[in-house]
Amino acid sequence: MDSNRTGTRTMTYIEAITDGLRTEMRRDPDVLVMGEDIGGEFGGAFKATKGLEAEFGARRVMNTPMTELAFIGAATGMGLMGLRPVIEVQFADFISTGFDSIVQYAATTHYRWQAAVPWVIRAPADGGIRSGPFHSQNPEAWFVHTPGLKVVAPATPSDAKGLLLAAIRDNNPVIYFESKPLYRSLRGEVPRGDRATPIGRARIAREGHHVTVITYGEMVRQALLAADGMAPEVDVEVIDLRTLKPLDRDTITASVCKTGRAVVAHAANRLAGVGAEIAADLGQTAFEYLDAPIHRVGGLDVPVPFSPPLEDAYRPGADDIMAAIRETVAY
Amino acid sequence: MTRLPDDLNIDLHYWMRLTRTMDDQLVNLWKQGRGVGTTFNQRGHEAISVGAGMVLAPDDVVAPMHRDLGCYLVRGMTPRRLMANQLGRATGVTRGRDANLHGCGDLSLNLIGFISHLPQSMPVALGAAMSFSYRSEPRVALTFAGDGSSCAGVFHESLNLAAVQRAPFVVIVENNQYAYSTPLHQQMAIDRLADRATGHGVESRTVDGNDVEEVYRSVEAAVGKARDGGGPTLIEARTMRMLGHAIHDGAEYVPQALLDEWGARDPLVIHEKRLTSRRLVDHEYLARVTEKCREIVADAVEFAESSEWPDPRTVSDGVYAA
Repeated sequence: MDSNRTGTRTMTYIEAITDGLRTEMRRDPDVLVMGEDIGGEFGGAFKATKGLEAEFGARRVMNTPMTELAFIGAATGMGLMGLRPVIEVQFADFISTGFDSIVQYAATTHYRWQAAVPWVIRAPADGGIRSGPFHSQNPEAWFVHTPGLKVVAPATPSDAKGLLLAAIRDNNPVIYFESKPLYRSLRGEVPRGDRATPIGRARIAREGHHVTVITYGEMVRQALLAADGMAPEVDVEVIDLRTLKPLDRDTITASVCKTGRAVVAHAANRLAGVGAEIAADLGQTAFEYLDAPIHRVGGLDVPVPFSPPLEDAYRPGADDIMAAIRETVAY
Repeated sequence: MTRLPDDLNIDLHYWMRLTRTMDDQLVNLWKQGRGVGTTFNQRGHEAISVGAGMVLAPDDVVAPMHRDLGCYLVRGMTPRRLMANQLGRATGVTRGRDANLHGCGDLSLNLIGFISHLPQSMPVALGAAMSFSYRSEPRVALTFAGDGSSCAGVFHESLNLAAVQRAPFVVIVENNQYAYSTPLHQQMAIDRLADRATGHGVESRTVDGNDVEEVYRSVEAAVGKARDGGGPTLIEARTMRMLGHAIHDGAEYVPQALLDEWGARDPLVIHEKRLTSRRLVDHEYLARVTEKCREIVADAVEFAESSEWPDPRTVSDGVYAA
């Protein structure tokens, strides 16, 4: 049959998120969405839940008061009773307001008394959209450092849907970092139906032989631009991690052992970021194969500034990745 | 307050006596150096934890806290499992993962475990209540908090959300006068803790937490209202923490006069006097119950102390659900 008619559809990244929510809500009556401003005609600050209340009703598309501690904790109670709530925190920056409910209660429950807490927090993260210190953050490292959580960060429309499906079906608390700058600027083919992207498996976004760039989220797009910019002189491999916890260490190590050079990049600040763990790990697992020091690219250790020249100075992009590649190749 | 049925009053006494006996034995074990970590004293809380726990139907869900040993017992968690948990053994509820009563959840008993951030049980129990509304089930979720917890933001967020959702949710605040060493007047500027509910649109009342009949009747009314779709209730049950915060704490900061005042109103003594004055039981019966409880607790200690420690090779097991 015509695979383009039955197999995939072209969607933006945010359309893929909505498609993922709708797919799961149609498939499983225990799936509901909750958060601030997500219901009714309004459909959320970014419209990711627009149209869901019309299809599924207010019972399954629950507007909440501005009470992250309470509604994330309530999602834990719902999860314990077998529901699968998907929480929108409106901006990833606001997730700190519900911190105890996530890292103290939900994350430790299964270890302590063997009860599953199946919920997903959708956290609209990342900057570059001139939104200032409290609407631009990338706080994934807080959660990667927390035992009991899983953390995913899709870079493509296909994975935006596929990882959301996998996160909703997972029996653990999963933080799903979606990238705001990708919402309407990135289109791609998305499988129809309910094909999930397995949690814990990275993807080779581009094959190459000279250097491996390991990254996730919007920085995958920047890394691919950088790879184009370096071609054909330097043949760059790009790993899209997709899942930050648990990390796919095997794929990372295998690639770096092949290329002998590694650049780890993320938009979050570099200090004690996810990239630090990856670089340290490679220092052990790929030491004998490395031809150059591992380079790290990340945000500065400052709050995310608002004004365009300041934010551009803060936030890494394709140019910074290219500079790191040049350094590692020149070593 | 109307009288409770005689059989129920006799049952309530049994569970309160078992709670007191087990608590006394925990204190003894720790004083003898046989304890692990710490243990939290129950004395003064027996009428609240037992009275509220006995109201609930098996399908209802409850999230007790660290002064609610009685509620765990009433719900069917065995003294053996609880004692083994106190001593960090593999046979304890948490297989050595969590301390004393912390984390003693068991969904087969509809028990939700707590964390040290005590008011965190509020939204979790509320979520259970919201799941009952979601599935149109005639079930109720109940949780306990303390005067200390009532000062925390999540306590108020949860009451607010419960009211907005009209959830089948009951909160018992065990006002025992002290949050660790901090007395009530340094915690809040109101005379009646139950007033905290009013601003959230949650009905509330204050009861004598040392009178198990009064606790039972008030919780019964709140649970019935919740089950009938009437929304949440907060019950402030006043009592006194008669020993320290935990076993290490001599609580020298508590005025003796306060302990004397509440000591004269011991919940077990009040209820035993009620049973004998109504001629439901005699002193010989009470002595027999005490002896039976001692045997049960001695068996639990024997079981726990002879249980295996958790295997260190399992330290990483169970962080994630399959």
